Amino acid sequence: MGHVLAPGITAPDFTLHVTPDQTLSLGDLRGRPVVLAFYPADWSPVCGDQLAIYNQVLPEFRRHEAEVVGISVDSAWCHQAFAETRHLHFPLLADFEPKGAVARQYGAYRDGEGVCERALFVVDREGLIFWSYRSPIAVNPGADGILDALDRLET
Amino acid sequence: MSELKVPVSAADHARGGADGRVVLVEYGDYECPYCRVAHSEVLQLGRHFGDDLTIVFRHFPLTEIHPLAEPAAETAELAGAQGRFWDMHDAIYAHQERLSLPFLLGAAKALGLSERDCALALEAKTYAPKIAQDFLSGVRSGVNGTPTFFINGHRHDGPFDYRHLAAAIQSVRPRA
Repeated sequence: MGHVLAPGITAPDFTLHVTPDQTLSLGDLRGRPVVLAFYPADWSPVCGDQLAIYNQVLPEFRRHEAEVVGISVDSAWCHQAFAETRHLHFPLLADFEPKGAVARQYGAYRDGEGVCERALFVVDREGLIFWSYRSPIAVNPGADGILDALDRLET
Repeated sequence: MSELKVPVSAADHARGGADGRVVLVEYGDYECPYCRVAHSEVLQLGRHFGDDLTIVFRHFPLTEIHPLAEPAAETAELAGAQGRFWDMHDAIYAHQERLSLPFLLGAAKALGLSERDCALALEAKTYAPKIAQDFLSGVRSGVNGTPTFFINGHRHDGPFDYRHLAAAIQSVRPRA
């Protein structure tokens, strides 16, 4: 396992599909804090999964004017079906082609398994990584670390 | 390791030992099938550890995927205001497959509570602030799904079946 990108580094820009016919770039979100949540796969077989928690905590993220995006190697079509089923109200980006290219840039790719790590980044308004964290793959990290980082970012 | 950020207080619903040597806090959702499974495991833990274990439940309704979790939690709070929280809690999990607004009103009536007061409280969202408070305390403590357990303030990251929870509780239970 490598290391996820550390605080202080400029967050590498990227452009990924957010729907089958639309893309989103990190640069589009400049000026607001951005939470990048890399996760292994859509359709994990539990209700209270990582994304469900972020979905439910969105009002808290919005209070910090923060944008949240989920990133996995699933395709835009897969994300679309998943987001509709789980009523997710934030974008899911498809790091699908070339597979995992963005995750690799962030040190958040698992080579043997071909999926993203559970890695979290809070990017500040200027595009610098302010906080990063990689959770053991089997442990859903929750939202407390992100909210603590957003609190500190504001002070 | 994530820690419980809001300590257990008189504002919480607790059962089992009044002053247990081990405190188990569960964040749960009444419509979550995993929480229903956990509920019977927790009852078994209560029987096994007796007064050594204090059991606390806090609300963590995932309303986007479980539309009935919030009204169920509010109904449990309404019952709690009359000292019947655990009766309602057990009734909801025992009949989770039938969870609906009429079921909740019927459950209130079965406990001798006023169906009309219950309907009005749900309409007015009287107990919503308490649920929101529990939810936020969970988020800040690293609740990462439902159910999430804290044992003496530390998040339990392993499986939540009886065997694993009992082992985790036993490992922090001070010797008599």
